[in-house]
Amino acid sequence: MPALRVSGLEKSFRTPHGTVAVLNSVTFDVEKGEWLTCLGPSGCGKTTSLRVLAGLLEPDAGSVWLDGAHGSRLGRTAYLPQEDTLLPWRTALQNAMLSAEIDGRPLAAARAEAMGLFERFRLLGFEDVYPSQLSGGMRQRVELARTFLSHRELLLLDEPLGALDPQTRASLQEWLLAVWNEFRRTVVLVTHDVEEAVLLSDRLLLLTARPATVRETVSLALLPRPRRRADPGVVAERTRLLSLLAPEVAP
Amino acid sequence: MIGRILIPASFATLLLGVWELAVRSFGVPVYILPPPSRIAITFFTRFPMLARHGATTLGEIALGLTLAASFGFLLAIALHHSRSLERGLRPFIVASQMLPVFAIAPLLVVWLGYGVWPKVVVTALIGFFPVVVSELDGLRATSRETVDLLLSMGATRRQLLTKLLLPASLPSLFSGLKLAATLSVVGATIGEWVGARRGLGYLMLESNARLHIDLVFASILMLTLIGLLLFGALRIIERWALRWRDSAGGSASARRGGG
Ligand SMILES: Nc1ncnc2c1ncn2[C@@H]1O[C@H](COP(=O)(O)OP(=O)(O)OP(=O)(O)O)[C@@H](O)[C@H]1O
Ligand SMILES: [Mg+2]
Repeated sequence: MPALRVSGLEKSFRTPHGTVAVLNSVTFDVEKGEWLTCLGPSGCGKTTSLRVLAGLLEPDAGSVWLDGAHGSRLGRTAYLPQEDTLLPWRTALQNAMLSAEIDGRPLAAARAEAMGLFERFRLLGFEDVYPSQLSGGMRQRVELARTFLSHRELLLLDEPLGALDPQTRASLQEWLLAVWNEFRRTVVLVTHDVEEAVLLSDRLLLLTARPATVRETVSLALLPRPRRRADPGVVAERTRLLSLLAPEVAP
Repeated sequence: MIGRILIPASFATLLLGVWELAVRSFGVPVYILPPPSRIAITFFTRFPMLARHGATTLGEIALGLTLAASFGFLLAIALHHSRSLERGLRPFIVASQMLPVFAIAPLLVVWLGYGVWPKVVVTALIGFFPVVVSELDGLRATSRETVDLLLSMGATRRQLLTKLLLPASLPSLFSGLKLAATLSVVGATIGEWVGARRGLGYLMLESNARLHIDLVFASILMLTLIGLLLFGALRIIERWALRWRDSAGGSASARRGGG
């Protein structure tokens, strides 16, 4: 049984200028513990897909099974939205503990766990700092810590490293991989960065331009881990994907 | 820093100096316009009386403002949660603002007597609207993504309100409260003008009738001080409640290297 089964998702939005079809028969599975990455042109419907997976948006047609069950998915996934969603009035630690509070878990235990993760996330010393005082890279790490601390099996990450400079981004990629190795969750990641996708994923989902449909699935199971940017296999896969995706990027 | 204190201070000194000089050199009678020095003397010699009346007015203001804040806050939450309630009440809330409170103040005296309540009600009516409107705006200030985040975590409606909407509305609520505080001084004064036996508004009217213009000015000075006191107290509470806001930079930038 796959951790997540998505079948025939359709979604269109009604706007003042007419109806916009965004998802067109999107179908895929994700196995437990697998890292699946969605690559697709800007505006193709990646965020819309994740919002459907998180249970925030009802699809017009199609279904989603989480651990084989079909019911509401609100409260059952760890969703990291594309935009900055740290609450400015909460300190870094309080932000990271939000999910525990909402679950009604004992706060002392949640706090201890969060502190442990802060150490792992190199955020120690910044527990009581407000988000406005954190650098971009640190804010992203707090958001990731919050996502990992939510005790959900499925992580939905919408361009978590999207807004960072290349250097911070590269170091966070390696670091994210190390953390994932340690905490092993099922991941659906959305990104624009082909290299990032090749470095991190077990499998890639290539989406077409809007309305998004799965154009191709690429298994990276044969690329040995840990992967480095300069590994010949990584470079070759990246080059192949870039030329494959190039026509889709053009207007 | 120097400019922020020195420039207004020298401007005020200049203004008072011109006033003093003009009144003295043109021989304006004190029952028309007393010089600032005379007002200052009156203020200090009659201070116990001014403070007594000031306490009455301050009490009315505090009570009215508390009523305006609590009802305005609760109504805004109710309106935010019920679209039909908002549709139904919004015209009345807006219309209540067009209603000149001056006009109903005498009625309030008829209904509620000469005691403290007509003043409290006038003050509350004046302060109510800015609180409702600003809190309603504040409740709408959250982004779709943060709402999505909490919903995806499985937050209930109540958790959404307490953990997201209310804290996010605070900056807006405080601007409304500060406006309400400013207006509440006006409200209490009007309430006292219409009918009172105590308070700075009453004292002003009394002194005016007896041509004790220096006492009128001293009362105005006292009212101004009360207004400033209220505003300052609110600023302090606001700073504390929104302490996450004025923290960009400062000590943090030194610690940022750890990233
Ligand atoms: N609530 C909505 N109402 C109307 N249109 C919407 C809504 N949400 C998304 N869309 C439209 O759906 C399309 C896909 O949006 P989506 O955010 O899913 O794209 P994306 O692949 O995540 O883009 P990006 O890579 O830029 O993040 C866009 O054209 C967008 O304008
Ligand atoms: Mg997106």
